Amino acid sequence: MKNHVLRPLWLAIVFVAAILLARYYVVPSDFGVHPGVHGKSFTYGFYRQGDIQDWKNFKVKYRGRDLCADCHDKEFAKIKASPHSIIQCENCHGPAIDHPDNPATLKINRSRALCLRCHADLGYPDSNRAQIPGIDPKEHNAGEACVDCHNPHNPDLEDME
Amino acid sequence: MSCSRRTLLKNTVKGAIAGAVPLSALKFLSPTEVKAAIGDAKVRWGFLVDTTKCVGCGFCVKACKKENEVPYDAPVTRTWVERYVITKDKKAHIDSPMGGRDGFTSRQIKDDGEPPENIPPEEITKAFFVPKLCNQCENPVCVQVCPVGATYQTPDGVVLVDRTWCIGCGYCIMACPYGVRFFHPKYHTAEKCTFCYHRITKGLKTACVDACPFGARRIGNLKDPNDPVTKAILSERVAVLKDEYGTKPQVFYIGLDYDVR
Repeated sequence: MKNHVLRPLWLAIVFVAAILLARYYVVPSDFGVHPGVHGKSFTYGFYRQGDIQDWKNFKVKYRGRDLCADCHDKEFAKIKASPHSIIQCENCHGPAIDHPDNPATLKINRSRALCLRCHADLGYPDSNRAQIPGIDPKEHNAGEACVDCHNPHNPDLEDME
Repeated sequence: MSCSRRTLLKNTVKGAIAGAVPLSALKFLSPTEVKAAIGDAKVRWGFLVDTTKCVGCGFCVKACKKENEVPYDAPVTRTWVERYVITKDKKAHIDSPMGGRDGFTSRQIKDDGEPPENIPPEEITKAFFVPKLCNQCENPVCVQVCPVGATYQTPDGVVLVDRTWCIGCGYCIMACPYGVRFFHPKYHTAEKCTFCYHRITKGLKTACVDACPFGARRIGNLKDPNDPVTKAILSERVAVLKDEYGTKPQVFYIGLDYDVR
């Protein structure tokens, strides 16, 4: 065959070979079609399998109230007996992460805004919100911190300290 | 050729049975397909949202952002809570300031493109909150459109994004009918709710489920008939969002309303 035909042909072959070679080194060996909900599906199961483990290794930050109860048993017992027993410690105290190693202390949120998440009266009859004792933040001791009067671990006014 | 009554009847019955067998029954299945069909994966994650229990405190959104390292003050979130206020003129006022991260503490509501509005309580016919998150669809359109195989469905039904593989083209963000995907402000890759995959695979609940004081959010294994969430989904009146898209969401809702989109 004539040289001017072969030359670009070789060029094209080398180009394709280079791409395939690069692909061989760049694409991880666990990348491909893996069985899943739809069987072995190219549409839904074409991925790098190691990524599943990568996501599993993600750090857990909210450790749950049982971890708190181990040391803070008095406070835990107190809130357990109050109407606030349904609220997780970490909702107000922040995620434990590796407490007490890191962070050594958890920052306590004493803001009014925290209480208002549930206790601002919106006047919506349908949602469960109407079942919660609600206040008008502008009328009810505006500007003062809720925790000055109410103990969040035992918010019942009868037992107010 | 003679044909006795006995042969005729026999062949008729045989023919009827053969005709009743669907073509798909004769298809040869690969071992992986058979395994998937008989439920070799023993786990299929499903979610149940009871909107009647939600009070709009937003603790779920806060917990999700902190647990999953979604920048706290960026206007993006993996889960959010929407407020619906329906007035007597049948108009639906919907808002979700910062995804409901700080809860709903004021009656002031801001519809898209409209000035903030204080709706008097006597004008309201109903008002409620709807938590939203990734539906982990059985047929996830976001996965179908990914040109590089960076997003996929795990064998237990959760849709994940491979941050090392995502090229940031944004097709999946456009494709999702529920608007749950966004670009992660730090990694610049597609980001979405993972059902807290790192938690559920360790036997924990998701951060939002744990944070909810009212039990409005629950997660369970749909393949386990004794799982309380599976039982609730089977026995209670549940609905899914945008059923007409054929995505088969695995997040089920109690108390959905006509105006919830």
